[in-house]
Amino acid sequence: MARAVSTQHKTIATAAAWIVALLIFFPILYTIITSFKSEQEAIQGFNLFPSGTTESYTAVEAQSGYFKFFLNSVFLSVGSTILALLVAIPAAWSMAFSPGKWTKDILMWMLSTKMMPAVAVLFPIYLIFRDTGLLDSRIGLMVMLMLINLPIVVWMLYTYFREIPGEILEAARMDGASLWNEIVYVLTPMAVPGIASTMLLNIILAWNEAFWTIRLTTTEAAPLTAFISSFSSPQGLFWAKLSAASTLAIAPILIMGWFSQKQLVRGLTFGAVK
Amino acid sequence: MKLRTLTLGLLSASTLAFAAHAESITIATVNNGDMVRMQTLTDDFTAKNPDIQLQWVTLEENVLRERVTTDIATKGGQYDVMTIGTYEVPIWAKQSWLLPLDKLGDDYDVKDIIPAIAGGLSVDGKLYAAPFYGESSFIMYRKDLMEKAGLTMPDAPTWDFVKQAAEKMTDRANGVNGVCLRGKAGWGENMAFLTAMSNSFGARWFDENWKPQFDQPEWKNTLQFYVDLMKANGPEGASSNGFNENLALFQQGKCGMWIDATVAASFVSDPKNSTVADKVGYALAPDNGLGKRGNWLWAWSLAIPAGTQKADAAQKFVAWATSKDYLELVASKEGWANVPPGTRSSLYANSEYQKAAPFAKMTLDSINAADPTHPTVKPVPYVGVQFVAIPEFQGLGTTVGQLFSAALAGQTSVDDALKQAQDAATATMTEGGYIQ
Repeated sequence: MARAVSTQHKTIATAAAWIVALLIFFPILYTIITSFKSEQEAIQGFNLFPSGTTESYTAVEAQSGYFKFFLNSVFLSVGSTILALLVAIPAAWSMAFSPGKWTKDILMWMLSTKMMPAVAVLFPIYLIFRDTGLLDSRIGLMVMLMLINLPIVVWMLYTYFREIPGEILEAARMDGASLWNEIVYVLTPMAVPGIASTMLLNIILAWNEAFWTIRLTTTEAAPLTAFISSFSSPQGLFWAKLSAASTLAIAPILIMGWFSQKQLVRGLTFGAVK
Repeated sequence: MKLRTLTLGLLSASTLAFAAHAESITIATVNNGDMVRMQTLTDDFTAKNPDIQLQWVTLEENVLRERVTTDIATKGGQYDVMTIGTYEVPIWAKQSWLLPLDKLGDDYDVKDIIPAIAGGLSVDGKLYAAPFYGESSFIMYRKDLMEKAGLTMPDAPTWDFVKQAAEKMTDRANGVNGVCLRGKAGWGENMAFLTAMSNSFGARWFDENWKPQFDQPEWKNTLQFYVDLMKANGPEGASSNGFNENLALFQQGKCGMWIDATVAASFVSDPKNSTVADKVGYALAPDNGLGKRGNWLWAWSLAIPAGTQKADAAQKFVAWATSKDYLELVASKEGWANVPPGTRSSLYANSEYQKAAPFAKMTLDSINAADPTHPTVKPVPYVGVQFVAIPEFQGLGTTVGQLFSAALAGQTSVDDALKQAQDAATATMTEGGYIQ
């Protein structure tokens, strides 16, 4: 009897999980479906079965070259993530293993910078970029994306590092490891799942960042967020084309997410159960 | 072999040298049908100007407005040509943010630009932006439903006729709404429509001393008429409908009448996208017998920011994109019906265009019926038909738009919305130093 109840519970839980997952995924699914409709079909109300036309994809590619935007997105998201990790690993190490009196306050202060609306600093940042010649430059935007995601990266790494026993690092130090060797050969390999999931999450955040990437670029450094934005129209119904552009923009990160979901989940639940 | 390598090397070097010599100009624009078409036709420009390369930045309207405003105010120099509207041109020109367009060439024929449009883009007699396409607003209506209702739409109807027709055409059991009007909050959304409508009711935003006028009976009449008309005959959830939402409803046959931009005529009459393409009639925007009609005036125009380093190349491009030759180029490639409307008088004298675009005459009449310097019945201290060309208007217009949208949604009464609008406008104008 107990077994039957457990199976029943399991079935209900699985069904509930599927329903929740489908609900969350549905907007993306419907975007993909709409991208295979003609413009007339797209405005004719709810319909899950498209005619399967690829005319929107042809039109989108003809109107603006996808590949250049794609390469910029890859460069910016991967570049800003590597840069963020280079800064955040030492920072998180010192906070986790050598906390000072103000460590907690610094962590909170770092997080508080995420609470301010980005538009509040648009003008100062724009002026700095203008004066340093960084407007529409990949390097400038990479640094910007690194800076805005840094609090999250530091926080995540700090949480993972705290799970690693300090004694192991002490043992390494007793064996004569330098600080550099301690971080590179002892700490980093042990925190790989945490670092990997932080990296993946940061790539996703940088890929989807749509405030600064649109406002600080024009043609050279514009990533896929600018590509999608160019298909939104105030006068004219281009929903199928907009959906096709969105599908093309989210496809790489979605596929990457699917392939790495094991690492992502492992990393995000790292240290959750002791 | 060596000779071939050398020749190839020289060729590549000369190509690189040419590419390095070519000047590149960056054009910021919106994703409207006519703009997208222009991007596909630029081979003609680059063939005529091989030393100029074009780079496009296409953005959603609000993002574009914010981007170009930031860039021009900080002299960021990111753009050489900007697509802006009749609202920005007078304000930006007065700030010396734009270059006057005085080098458009001898064969450009500035006098051919429709006077009402040119007036909205000029300051002190100087043209600061060249119109790419111009629009007014008018009534698009279903001829079949009008006939079924036993009515005939006059060329220049009154608001009372529109109300009467809407009541007879509404058939909610069959999903037909008598009238579809903008309700989505925003200075360029519901306030564009309502400000133009209020002109025909004799209302105005400010008196000659910049005192807000929402406490006057003309505004009460306007808003009450609009809310009553829409509640009885408008679509469900009208307070979130803008241009695109109403376009979708009209194309699906769910609206008897729709009063909106003249540019919509080419969409609703296109059989590829519209289910009612062959049943659409056009009429001037309604009036109340006070001498002003409820139609607006807008032109998406190309302007050159004062900070550009490539003013000559930019002027050449602006002259090409807004020339008579460009209209003929579009006609030869895509037909006369797809020519950007509302900019040149000669287009409306063209018999081929008149044949291809049945809405041509009504569009021109609508544009000519709008006067940006005398938009309403009483005198006003501002320029603009459906907006007030002062920097504060974007914020204030959107605030008032939210109040009026709430009145349409039934969240607040017409009287409350007007009272709050009066308070908001008074505060803004006092803060801005317009009223002491």
